[in-house]
Amino acid sequence: MDYSELNLIGSSSPHIRTKAGTNSIMGEVLIALAPALCFAVYNFGWRALANTLVSAAGCCLFEYLYRYLMKKNNTVGDLSAAVTGVLIAFVCPVTIPYWILLVGDFFAIVVVKQLFGGIGKNFLNPALAARAFMLSWAGEMSTWVGPRTSTPLWGSFDAVTYPTPMALLHGNDLASLEQMYDLPEMLVGFIGGSMGEVSALLLIIGGVWLIFRKVITWHIPVCYIGTVAALTFLFPRGNDPMTWMLYNILGGGLMLGAFFMATDYVTSPVTHLGQAIFGVGCGLLTVFIRYFGSNSEGVCYAILVMNLVVWIIDKSIKPGRFGVAKAEKLSGLGKKPEKKKEKKEVAGK
Amino acid sequence: MNFKKQLKEGLLTQNPVLVQLLGMCSTMAITTTIFNGLGMGVSVLIILTCSNVVISLLRKIIPDQIRIAAYVVVIAGFVTMVDLLLQAFLPDIAESLGVFIPLIVVNCIILARAESFASKNKVLPAALDGICQGIGYTLVLLVMSAIREFLGSGSLAGQQIFPSEYGVMMLTLPVGGFLTLGCLIALMQWARDKAEKKEGK
Repeated sequence: MDYSELNLIGSSSPHIRTKAGTNSIMGEVLIALAPALCFAVYNFGWRALANTLVSAAGCCLFEYLYRYLMKKNNTVGDLSAAVTGVLIAFVCPVTIPYWILLVGDFFAIVVVKQLFGGIGKNFLNPALAARAFMLSWAGEMSTWVGPRTSTPLWGSFDAVTYPTPMALLHGNDLASLEQMYDLPEMLVGFIGGSMGEVSALLLIIGGVWLIFRKVITWHIPVCYIGTVAALTFLFPRGNDPMTWMLYNILGGGLMLGAFFMATDYVTSPVTHLGQAIFGVGCGLLTVFIRYFGSNSEGVCYAILVMNLVVWIIDKSIKPGRFGVAKAEKLSGLGKKPEKKKEKKEVAGK
Repeated sequence: MNFKKQLKEGLLTQNPVLVQLLGMCSTMAITTTIFNGLGMGVSVLIILTCSNVVISLLRKIIPDQIRIAAYVVVIAGFVTMVDLLLQAFLPDIAESLGVFIPLIVVNCIILARAESFASKNKVLPAALDGICQGIGYTLVLLVMSAIREFLGSGSLAGQQIFPSEYGVMMLTLPVGGFLTLGCLIALMQWARDKAEKKEGK
């Protein structure tokens, strides 16, 4: 029989049709970041929006240029470069000069992402790697302004270094931190710090939106924040473990990192169990760096380090194959010689 | 004897740093300024050539079982000479290179060339091999240190080109050595692939 006239499409399973693609997922992430961006504009003035736009445009430009020069297909449309750009702006102080943002964009897109093969092949989170790189300009990267400051769009700032909650926590100065900001202020975000990380509440709302839209699962953020909360509650510095814990999880970049950076598909484990381990590892490292490191904030390096061990996690946690899992488990319960037989059989095939 | 082939091997196809990945420690550590890179490169070039010649001369005398120890003694002799000469005539470079000049004794490039080339070849090819591999090493060091000095502290050979506060401080740290070397190796592989494809066509 001749089927060629029936106009059938031959493809392997699963036969699910959906319009979802990288661009729709990244679009959801941008939507989830929008509330935090609005708050940053409210808190730090229009300079926050300008930073975000410059950084996103820079990332898209570098992505386009690299793909164009290397004669590869254009991937700007999948919006992943735009998300990277927005995140880079979010992890910097609002006073950052535009040219440092652009250097960070270049490092994230060209060195971390494209040199390793583009989207899906980067071994580190590009935005966090860029932040680590941008710390070359340590002075500019740690010029903090206080909450409700209007910053000029152009020109230089007086080099006022305003103490961030993390700096005070690092100095074990909980008393003056409580005097400076109370807990509701910490939650809503009337504090100093990196542009996009200040409002824990709006970041949580964005994260819940992502979970609700099934862009991310709860495993990484819950394990990450849970580990930090548990560790800081069990080992407080001061007499009030509850307050110490709340200031620790609401301050710094924990919410931004847990919901938007650690959950990056490319640089996090595939299985849910692996993601839970990844989250706990991030939490442990974050607390260790905050407690014992010379940096006051550990989220960036914690996630970067865990990015590097994702392959080990993925390798050691392999889900059973459907249908054969039971048999393999049963034979796995037996003694060693049985296992060897099994291997030989596989080799024989 | 094929000088052209040896030079091509030293510079490109068998480059000691970019292809054989030898002598990484000193490569990362000293390529922060062009002067350091040049000083280190030329020192290695001289030591490599001299030790290749002597080892090639002695290749029938040195017993096989203790050859590594014998090579190290020969290399250490030349390293001491270069070290003392640098301290006498170029004290600035000797000071900024510091311990990395004495450490040339255990530099893998020199031992590897002694083991794989000088001990199996006559004197002239061995000397040429030392020169070619040394030039390859020096060139890579020069390129690396130029990149790191220019982008890291905004100067080139000590000449300030843009204010150093705009420089990428990270490139002057060990991280920058790894980053620069990684990019150079990637570039090298890319160029090699391209050349091979062209030849294939």
